[in-house]
Order: sequence, then structure tokens, then C-alpha cells
Amino acid sequence: MSAATLTAPPAPAVYTAPDAAYERAFAAIAARSGEPAALRQLRRSAFAQLQQRGFPTSKHEEYRQTNLAAVLQRSAFALPERPGAATLREAERAAQPGAAFGGPQLTFVDGHFTPELSRLKSLPAGVRAGALLAANDAGDDRLAPLGELADIGGENTMVAFNTAFFGDGAWIEIAPGAQVDAQIEIVHVATGGAGVATMAHPRHLILAGRGSRAKVVETYLSLNGAAHLTNAVTEIFVAENAELEHARLQQENTAAYHISAVHSRQAADSRLRLHALTFGGALTRNDVVTVLHGPGAEALLNGLYVAEGRQHVDNHTVLDHAEPRGASREYYRGILDGQATTAFRGRILVRPDAQHTDAVQSDKNLLLSSDCTANADPQLEIRADDVRCTHGATFGQIDEEALFYLRSRGVGAEMARHLLIFAFAAEALGRLNPSPLRTRLETELFSRWTGLTPPEGAEASGG
Amino acid sequence: MANPLLKIEDLHAAVQGKEILRGIDLAVGAGEVHAIMGPNGSGKSTLAGVLAGRDSYEVTAGRVTYAGQDLLEMAPEDRASAGVFLAFQYPVEIPGVGNLYFLRAALNAQRRQRGEEELDAADFLQLAKKRMKLLEMDDTLTRRAVNEGFSGGEKKRNEIFQMAMLEPKLAILDETDSGLDIDALKIVAQGVNALRDAQRAMLVITHYQRLLNYIVPDYVHVLSAGRIVKSGGKELALELEEKGYGWLEPEAAAAV
Repeated sequence: MSAATLTAPPAPAVYTAPDAAYERAFAAIAARSGEPAALRQLRRSAFAQLQQRGFPTSKHEEYRQTNLAAVLQRSAFALPERPGAATLREAERAAQPGAAFGGPQLTFVDGHFTPELSRLKSLPAGVRAGALLAANDAGDDRLAPLGELADIGGENTMVAFNTAFFGDGAWIEIAPGAQVDAQIEIVHVATGGAGVATMAHPRHLILAGRGSRAKVVETYLSLNGAAHLTNAVTEIFVAENAELEHARLQQENTAAYHISAVHSRQAADSRLRLHALTFGGALTRNDVVTVLHGPGAEALLNGLYVAEGRQHVDNHTVLDHAEPRGASREYYRGILDGQATTAFRGRILVRPDAQHTDAVQSDKNLLLSSDCTANADPQLEIRADDVRCTHGATFGQIDEEALFYLRSRGVGAEMARHLLIFAFAAEALGRLNPSPLRTRLETELFSRWTGLTPPEGAEASGG
Repeated sequence: MANPLLKIEDLHAAVQGKEILRGIDLAVGAGEVHAIMGPNGSGKSTLAGVLAGRDSYEVTAGRVTYAGQDLLEMAPEDRASAGVFLAFQYPVEIPGVGNLYFLRAALNAQRRQRGEEELDAADFLQLAKKRMKLLEMDDTLTRRAVNEGFSGGEKKRNEIFQMAMLEPKLAILDETDSGLDIDALKIVAQGVNALRDAQRAMLVITHYQRLLNYIVPDYVHVLSAGRIVKSGGKELALELEEKGYGWLEPEAAAAV
């Protein structure tokens, strides 16, 4: 090594600032009238943060596997206008999978709330829902909790990016004690725009009242194959003894860039089930942060990512055990083919007060090609002494013994292989409570690999 | 035996270069039940695996003819369709795939392969219910994933349930008695006996004579160091129970 190479280069910038196109786009938003003063102030602060700190690059420890600045500066993404009637008709067809469930639905197109594609007429008892930015008759301040969990000054500047630019989002409030069986749907459709890549920053707020029980599903779709950027943020407040199941389903096209952050806070004895299901996108980065903020809270983080071709999926999770007797279960699993790359970083933080924490983390990867790459990075930070924390990561191929077992019963080699890939995914789907979403995904994945329609009983999670 | 269902001639097989089977000769006719006994490491499970088509074994010499076909040339799934069934010593857990779905997929794959009509869901379920009764199987076992979380006994029972559903011509039971208590053993044996008929041959592989009290064989063969060193009737099993395998060792040595 020569002396020259030992000379330290100037410290690389961890972030790169947004360029002039984003500044012009923000100036248009800032000039918009009609937004409450507090929100305008929040947006200005958020954009200032973004200008000061910029987009994360791969020099940043949290973005080592995923260089967002490279994507965001290759071309500025444009904020599209509210779509016209023709686009809405197409979007309606795209939004059908959600519509088929027949429950309440909030539909967004390119970040804009589209009441004509939503179903909010007869909401179940105890549910209030609508657009975050809608003027509401009740006169309550829907925006008050905004940014409380997804902090614009936080490590992840994509949250600031979202806060500065968000068009709208869903606002869902479950009344204390309400037991809601219907699955509440949030569907986002990106139209891809014409000639220019578009971006959308959906921003959702979910409030689960004390002792309530509900299910919310967010689905992200693309109208066509054009590249676009989705940068979504969801904040979830779970009150004492409430039970909330939240699934995030990403089925955008394979040219899309999809960034998401789900920030949640759980009060005492609450139960939160968070599912991160990633199938689409050229590049996907999901951040999930949940704070077990009261004693006896339980969290399930269930992830499934399926990546092929040159898809890249990066999942970062933080389980913050702040109070005693919390239990967290984190199961992520990936199916990789082609030249796909994936990363999983799971951080479990057990604070000094969080005695008797019980945390389990596992990341399992099924590698179907020799060119794919999966990374796992468990991070345990334990500052209490009476806790149980376990973690593990596996990377493997199809189990030869299981393959032989199926073949020895008469199932052909190819079908046996496909059945085992499906089975690997079905285990993750089995962690969703039974729902129309789970049934639909089981059907879709069974067909994806076997090319067949599944008869009843094809899937079995085994409990 | 003019045309046995299964004819094994001078079969040699190796695992990772180590020869385990060193010249097996055996003929099994339709309707016959043959027991293969032998100490640990004698090659019993290797023989079962080679017959079912497990590819971790390398056949280095000899031939196996099944129903007039060269069995060793056939893929495992084709052997299954032709009527060969192996009840695994260690049945595999497959989380994520329903037990009954798997069985119906297997049964219909076999039927397609044989040019028979597929069973529809209703007919399949009716047949499954009948067979479950035979094995005294709990309804919940069939609704769960394949073998997932099953006890040792439940797994073995599930193997025989599969056999009862697939109705093979040649059933190979690899240490089906291992890990079974006496009650489970009786139920499994009862299931196996119910499937005995003039067309179906069985190869019952076991370390212990106990199973043969319940599944009474027509012939008993003793495997030692990769060869059949003694063959006889069912009374040979009792003799082995009494004397152990040790007394056969010199014969094994002499045969080398």
C-alpha cells in the first residue's frame, strides 16, 4: 500500500441535498392556501430538515444496503396533479382486489384522495374514517398527532421528505371498545404519469381506542409498468388493551421505487400485529418501528418478501421495549430468485425498565438461484437484566428430503418444488388472522408457483 | 416364483463412496409379506431408500425388476405411480402444505399418470374419512400441515393412512414400529393388515421381532453387512428374538 492511498479522503457526505426541482416543487406546496397554519409550519420544518441533511446515501450506516440518494437524484420525480376521469376509470379497475372484499375502503391515486373510488358510506359501528386533510364536521383536529411518532428530525430523512410533500392520506379512528370485524382497506394506485416519473407521499394515521379490535390493510399498486416513487408513512397509536392488525401489501410494478415507514406506539396490554408483505418494486425499503410503551404490550412483526430478477428489498425494523413484561415476535422470511438482493436488519432494544421482556426474532431466506444475495443483520441492545431474547437467521435451498418425500408419493419433481416454495410463503401468510386478504394472497401465491388454482385446504399454516 | 412382482439381483449400493449394500438377492411375489430384519447399520434403510428412488444412494451394481420394468431407471414419482410406496422411518414435516391437500394432489398425480380419472373433492373426502377410521385418526390431524407438530406415533399413523389412500402394489415399511408404544403399534398393524390382499406385496423392515407379532410375515430375511445372510419362515423372527443377531455373524463372515 502506498503512502498516497493512506491519505484520508475528505469525509464523505452521508446525505445529499434535494436538487432545485424538489425546491421548486416544495415552493408550490408552501404557497398553497387552505392548509392549517400548524401543518404549513410542519411542512416548512420538514423541508428545512431535508435540505439540511438531504437524502440518505449508502455511506449512511442505516442505508448501507440501499442507496436512496442515487435513486432520488438520478431524476427528480414529479408530483402529479389529481388524475382525470379516464385515469380514474383505469385506477378503479386496478383497485379491484381491495374492492372485492366489500368492506370500508379509502382509495388514493397518486397521493390524492379519490372519494369516487372509496367506500365510506356505511362504516361499521365505532369506526370513523376519511381523508387526513378533509375538513371534518366534528371539528376535531385530525392532524394533531401527526409527526409525533414519525419524527421529521429523526434519523430517517425520508420521513421529512414525506412530511414536506404528502398530498393526503387515510385517517382512521376506532372508538374505545369497538369490535370491528370488517377489514378496513387503504388502497394506493400510482398511475406512473406520462413521460415523467411521478412520486407520491401517502401519509396515514391510525388510532385504535382503548379495548378496541380492528384490522387495517394498506395495498400499493401501479397502474402500468412505468417507474414511479412511493414514499409512504403510517403512524399508528394503539391504546390500552386494544388489538390492531395492520398489513402492508406492496404489489407495485417491478420498475417502482417504494419507501415506507410504519411508526407505532403501544400502550399497556395492547396487541399489535404488523405484517410487511413485499412482492413488487425495483427497490423497496421498509422501516418498521414499534415502541412497546406500556407494560404487558405484545407485538408481532411478520414479514414476507419475494424478490426475483433484479429486485432489491431492504427491511429495517426496530422493536423498542420500553416497559416491563412486553412480548415481541418477529418473523421475516424471504424467497429470492434470479439476481435479487435483500437485506434485513432487526434491532431489538430493551430499555432498563423493560424487565421480563420476551423477544424472539428470526429471518429465514429461501434461495432459489445461485446469483441472489440475502443479508441479515440482527442487532440486540439489552439494557435490562431479566429478559429473554433470541434471534436467528437462516439461508437455505429447497429441502431435499421434503422434495423426495413429495415425489415418493407421486407428485412430479417440478410440482413438488413449487409446492415447497409456496409452503415457505404460506407459513408467513398463516400468521395473518384469517381474512379475505389472507385467502386472496394464498390463492395468488399458490397460482404464482404452481400455475394452478388452489383447491380448498391447499394451505395449512399448522396453527 | 416364475414372475415375482419385485426381483432384486446382486444389488450393490453406496453412500458417499461407502458400499452399504453388497449383493442383495430377493424375490417378492404379489400377496406376500416379507420381513427384513437386521442389526443397526446392516443396510435395511438403504435398501428401502434405493427401492423408492432416494438419490443420495448410488447403485453400483445389480438390477431391480418391478412388474417387468427396470425400477432403478424410474424417477421416484413414476415408481409411486407404478405402485411402489415407502412408509418413511422419519416422515418429513412440511409446514405450509395441508395434509389432505397434499394427499389428494399425490393421489390425483398418480391417477393421471396411470390414465385414470381424477377423484373430485367429495369422493376424495369420503374415501379419506373411511381410511381415517381404519387408523383411528383424529380429524384435526388431517386438517393440519403435513406431519407438522405430529408426535412420533401420529407421523407413523399418517404414513399408513397415506398408504391406505394410495393403495400401492408394493408397500415398503421402513421401521414403522420405531417410536411407537404398544397401543399405537397395534393400530398401525391393524391398518397394515387390513391392506393385505392377494395383489399387494409388503416389505416390512424392522429391527425388532415385536412388530411381527402383529404383522405376521410369510418370509423373514436377515440382513447383515449388506447381504441377506439367512432366510426362513416367520419362526426365524422368534429365533432372532431369542438369540439376538450375534449368532448369525459367523455366517455373515463365512459368506464374504
